[in-house]
Amino acid sequence: MAVAILREGDLLIASIESDLSDSEVIALRDDLTRMVGDHRIQGIVIDVAALDVIDSFVARALRAIVLTARLRGAETVIIGIQPDVAIAMVQFRLNLEPLRAALDLEAAKAILLRRTQGDALDGR
Amino acid sequence: MGDEVRVAIESDADLVTARAEGRAMAERLGFPRPDPTLIATAISEIARNIVVHVGRGEIVLQPFEDADRYGLTVIAIDRGPGIRDVEAALRDDVSGRGGLGLGMPGARRLMDEFDLTSDAEHGTVVTMRKWRYRDELALLREERRRRDQTR
Repeated sequence: MAVAILREGDLLIASIESDLSDSEVIALRDDLTRMVGDHRIQGIVIDVAALDVIDSFVARALRAIVLTARLRGAETVIIGIQPDVAIAMVQFRLNLEPLRAALDLEAAKAILLRRTQGDALDGR
Repeated sequence: MGDEVRVAIESDADLVTARAEGRAMAERLGFPRPDPTLIATAISEIARNIVVHVGRGEIVLQPFEDADRYGLTVIAIDRGPGIRDVEAALRDDVSGRGGLGLGMPGARRLMDEFDLTSDAEHGTVVTMRKWRYRDELALLREERRRRDQTR
């Protein structure tokens, strides 16, 4: 399987393990959206370190995950964007709103913890 | 120098191959970071346009070299109905409906040269290029080697 999804309490950790085809990206979006409801998930972390390309399609799918998960009550943080990929995304001028990124899992958990402890209510 | 590589584009899985081949060729040619990633991303966009709008086509990757530059040419070919409004396809369109409107201008920003020709009879050809000036030292060394050989 190209993506391993791990559940840790009310947290989902999706680790992408190889470059994904478009249909695999769509499958990930659908799986995560469903699992948020099934397990009363509050936070999602998506590790994209294995992706050597984040193009407009992948960026759009990530945005869709963030927005649909939010409507289901969960916040999402993307981790592991490679330096070259970050440069390409900026030069491409991809629309990155409302993606939230962190360097690693620890940093992502800290962000999510702050969110679930009240920050989620203050307008975001 | 190496030969050209052709990747048939028939489904979204072929984009993965096209990206990987493009990156591999860029690395083989000696492009510094982050160029191989920029090239792979641009290839991904124009190959997806083929899958989404036409269904099938081809990506051709060609190394090129002249006196003081090396580079990679990417050609995306399809025999589809053509793009009616080429200018609109290259314009930034934040709404991004259907994939066109974001991919092309984005790919263009990642490469050094970008050319699009399209008509209803022949389909669409996108030619993109990325190149680098060769390292001064490497050039001098090569020059000396050539001089030594002719002596």
